[in-house]
Amino acid sequence: MANQDFRICSESGLKVYKNAETLIKWNVIAALATLAVGGLMALLVALTRWPSVHLLGLTEYYRFLTAHGVDALLAWILFFEMALVYFASTVVLGTRFRGVVVGWISFALMLIGGALINVIIIMGRADVMFTSYAPLKADPLYYLGVILFAVGALIGFIMFFVNVVYAKRDGGFKRSLPLGSFGLAAASIIGVLTLAHGAGIFIPAFLWSLDFIGYIDPSAYRLVFWGLGHSSQQINVCAMVAVWYMTSAFVVGGKPVNEKLSRTAFVLYILFINLASEHHLLVDPVLSTWHKIVNTSYMMHLAVLASMIHAFAIPASIEVALRKQGFRSGLFEWFKKAPWGNPAFAAVALSILLFGFLGGITGVIFGTEQFNIIRHNTFAITGHFHGTVVAGTTIAFMGFTYLLIPCIFKRQLIWKGFAQIQPYLYAVGVAMLSIGMMSAGAFGVPRRHYDITFSGAPFSFTFDPAIDMFMSMMGVGALLAVAGGVLFILIGFGSMIWGKEVK
Amino acid sequence: MEETGKSTGPIPGWQKFMDNIFLLLALGVVIPTLIYTVWGLWEIMNIPRLPIVP
Ligand code: HEM
Ligand SMILES: [Cu+2]
Repeated sequence: MANQDFRICSESGLKVYKNAETLIKWNVIAALATLAVGGLMALLVALTRWPSVHLLGLTEYYRFLTAHGVDALLAWILFFEMALVYFASTVVLGTRFRGVVVGWISFALMLIGGALINVIIIMGRADVMFTSYAPLKADPLYYLGVILFAVGALIGFIMFFVNVVYAKRDGGFKRSLPLGSFGLAAASIIGVLTLAHGAGIFIPAFLWSLDFIGYIDPSAYRLVFWGLGHSSQQINVCAMVAVWYMTSAFVVGGKPVNEKLSRTAFVLYILFINLASEHHLLVDPVLSTWHKIVNTSYMMHLAVLASMIHAFAIPASIEVALRKQGFRSGLFEWFKKAPWGNPAFAAVALSILLFGFLGGITGVIFGTEQFNIIRHNTFAITGHFHGTVVAGTTIAFMGFTYLLIPCIFKRQLIWKGFAQIQPYLYAVGVAMLSIGMMSAGAFGVPRRHYDITFSGAPFSFTFDPAIDMFMSMMGVGALLAVAGGVLFILIGFGSMIWGKEVK
Repeated sequence: MEETGKSTGPIPGWQKFMDNIFLLLALGVVIPTLIYTVWGLWEIMNIPRLPIVP
């Protein structure tokens, strides 16, 4: 075989095979494009929830909210994760992509499925929110789109294992996968479980929408749906933590202080984190207390333990690396001298901070049966997951994009000054968005609600006036976050097109 | 990134376990499927239905 089809990345010293490079590139491009669509929808939806603006009409609100959930949560995140699993199973190991045709089939399925879902939603044939709870029924093509997209993603995760097996044979690694790749192995394992649940629920729903099945039990739907809906968030957590470790390694040369402990934490994720799916069903009258408590308490806290391990291990690895570079004076010189102007590093630092304090803590609280009942379906929940999947995962992936652009696209970043402030701008916006939502939710403001003034309703109700401030905080945060998001998209695509070539 | 376990001598059992990603895959699929999905579906199926539900 030709030996010429790889190059050595001048930034990282990694060996990049051409076939993996092209596939990673296109997955990143699709990810950025879907984030742009999802972000536009976010802006419209947020401006509708902001009572002083109340932009969209009733139907458009639910339609665009569905599109926001699908494009941001499914498409952006999963396309980027495909890029990550391919990166971790080829570039990190210095091996080629095996069966690259299959990788392209996966990409095509995701692209076709994603496009189909969007078209059907915009046509107004699937105003069902991304959860599409039965008995809400969408057009069969909507379910078909989800199935195509999910099968594509499943193939991508399977290709991770295929590549790892070949990489081991070809000497890409000896005994243990490098830690970053191990984290993405955890993500891929959870991916298989998740997408199996996806098939388990969307295939029956598809048949039901075609009238081949007469009835879908709503509580069974919810149970299996969250095996998909929640577990996919755990793919995100694993991928995000892997990005934390990889960025810390690439940018400051950080190595975990105790690698075995960090790996063990990933194993805890693999074994236990998915049981937390149950937190979506805590107020469900159907399941027994035993089922609820075993799944969300006993088991889930083992996964929370894992997050705590990572949250200490990564800053520690950064501290040790920076101290080795000579920043030793006092307790905090390393902290002051950390590369805060490097957007990849800044993004990871912000992601760790916000994920822990906004997303993580609230997640543990809201996931407890006794507390869940007072926050269920309020805006506080939306605040919680914008702390995890946006402030945590999305910011981390944005930072990693800044590393992939020189390494995989072979381009320098354009607008370096703007790139430096981008993670901070986005993070401040999302933090305000999330805290605004959580605080309004604490006063009982519901999520997924078009008009909290209840105008024209047969009864009248007014919330505590304090919510005006929190809803405005959400609105202003949304504007800042959208500005940061637009900047990210412009810098990302701009660098791919106009960036100076890296030799 | 560097590899661990360059030291010689027998590989500790826990490390062997963690290196076996296919075993982890099997456990990662089986544990939640049993404790969350199968148990949950079993409970749902055992709830008597209202006669009006088809
Ligand atoms: C500029 C950034 C963003 C803003 C301003 C924003 C704003 C919002 C708003 C206002 C809602 C509506 C909540 C409701 O009315 O119930 C929402 C829902 C949601 N957002 Fe975002 N969001 C942003 C980014 C993201 C990203 C990046 C993701 C995923 C990675 C995401 C995932 C979701 C999900 C899953 C929902 C729930 C949809 C539903 O209830 O069906 N958001 N967002
Ligand atoms: Cu969840």
